[in-house]
Amino acid sequence: MDKNISFTLKVWRQNGPKEKGHFETFQMKDIPGDTSFLEMLDILNEQLISERKEPVVFDHDCREGICGMCSLYINGYPHGPATGATTCQLYMRRFNDGDTITVEPWRSAGFPVIKDLMVDRTAYDKIMQAGGYISVRTGSAEDANNILIPKPNADEAMDAASCIGCGACVAACKNGSAMLFVSAKVSQLALLPQGKVEAARRAKAMLSKMDELGFGNCTNTRACEAECPKCISISNIARLNREFIKAKLKD
Amino acid sequence: MWLSNSSIGRKVVMSVTGIALVLFLTFHMSMNLVALISAEGYNVICEFLGANWYALVATTALAALVVIHIVYAFWLTMMNRKARGTERYAVEAKPKSVEWASQNMLVLGIVVAAGLGLHLANFWYKMMFAEIIGNPTLGGLEATDGYGYIVQTFSCPIFVVLYLIWLAALWFHLTHGFWSALQTLGWSNKIWFERWKLIGNIYTTLVVLGFAAVVVVFYLKSLCCGASCV
Repeated sequence: MDKNISFTLKVWRQNGPKEKGHFETFQMKDIPGDTSFLEMLDILNEQLISERKEPVVFDHDCREGICGMCSLYINGYPHGPATGATTCQLYMRRFNDGDTITVEPWRSAGFPVIKDLMVDRTAYDKIMQAGGYISVRTGSAEDANNILIPKPNADEAMDAASCIGCGACVAACKNGSAMLFVSAKVSQLALLPQGKVEAARRAKAMLSKMDELGFGNCTNTRACEAECPKCISISNIARLNREFIKAKLKD
Repeated sequence: MWLSNSSIGRKVVMSVTGIALVLFLTFHMSMNLVALISAEGYNVICEFLGANWYALVATTALAALVVIHIVYAFWLTMMNRKARGTERYAVEAKPKSVEWASQNMLVLGIVVAAGLGLHLANFWYKMMFAEIIGNPTLGGLEATDGYGYIVQTFSCPIFVVLYLIWLAALWFHLTHGFWSALQTLGWSNKIWFERWKLIGNIYTTLVVLGFAAVVVVFYLKSLCCGASCV
């Protein structure tokens, strides 16, 4: 059984995208160690509501690490100090009695704050719309074994496809670059025969959309890879570079 | 033009100019090692690379590479700071796998460029430049007496220290730059990433040690042979 802990919580409050934000400090008492980070924020919000104060706004949905909705920059780490896990999979047993826990939103020009800890990540949807798909005739599905795919390629594509688009890569990057996300989305298709057909167009369209939306230039610091809750490798970025350069040289 | 209006294109320019400069450094380091073996041999090279048309063309091309690399560095840094947004994180932690050099390439680059300025004043100005303006004894010695200038410069402890700091910054800059350049060109994957990193570290260490050897050896020589610090 985990111990209960008491700690100081510093939370970023901001009324809107253009408003000036500030930190607000809360004292949290006797929080059980098996409370998830988001449940802890629920407890805080219940307290605030009962005091007739405005609750803290934060993004969340599935709470089991697959939807990519939760965010939060906790004590200097996107998704907190745990590796290979999202904020909803972070438990309070990671922290100690008397700690000060600082919670900030993703900070990047590409992800403006909507309110408090919630940021606008529709930029990722726009990048997907630019080319993160394959064009197929809909209707009855083909037999799965019609197109044979080598196991290593299938595995690599699956690893890339595990990206949940949460935006931790952009939050971690000192350049605010979305290259890890874009490269994972390009890779998951470029590695498979169905995706190869449109590979060149896709790489160019998704990258130029990323640039257009104000994300930065990748300088290979590897912070994205270290903070990614799905452990997406920067070898995907090398693949995106390769696909993009090949496509441009062909033009 | 995709080399200036796409993020990967801009990085390709950094990468290609960077690799070209690493190749130049390799050549320059090999040339310097001759000074350890033979004074005459070294001065023959200096004469060969004086104000001749081919050396001037190569120097101009080299200067263009340096300028493009530096201009792009500042341009990319400005864009990246803008992409980061106006608010900075209150608490920041650095993950273990993130190299210090990778996050400080611009600062390291500025130190390297400052060292380059000093180096041009110490040698290039008194040698190639002296020949161009037709005043071969501009720096006190003959313009082709590179060996003499090495002896003179590295008998001064201050220059020895400054050059070693310069080389240390260059080492950090290249340990990241080497694999980063190949990653940007797309020539990497999970296996090659480790290989390039190892090859880059060894290569960079050898190049920097080669440069440092000349500095240290000539400083030690000046201690025992009493060459004067000008």
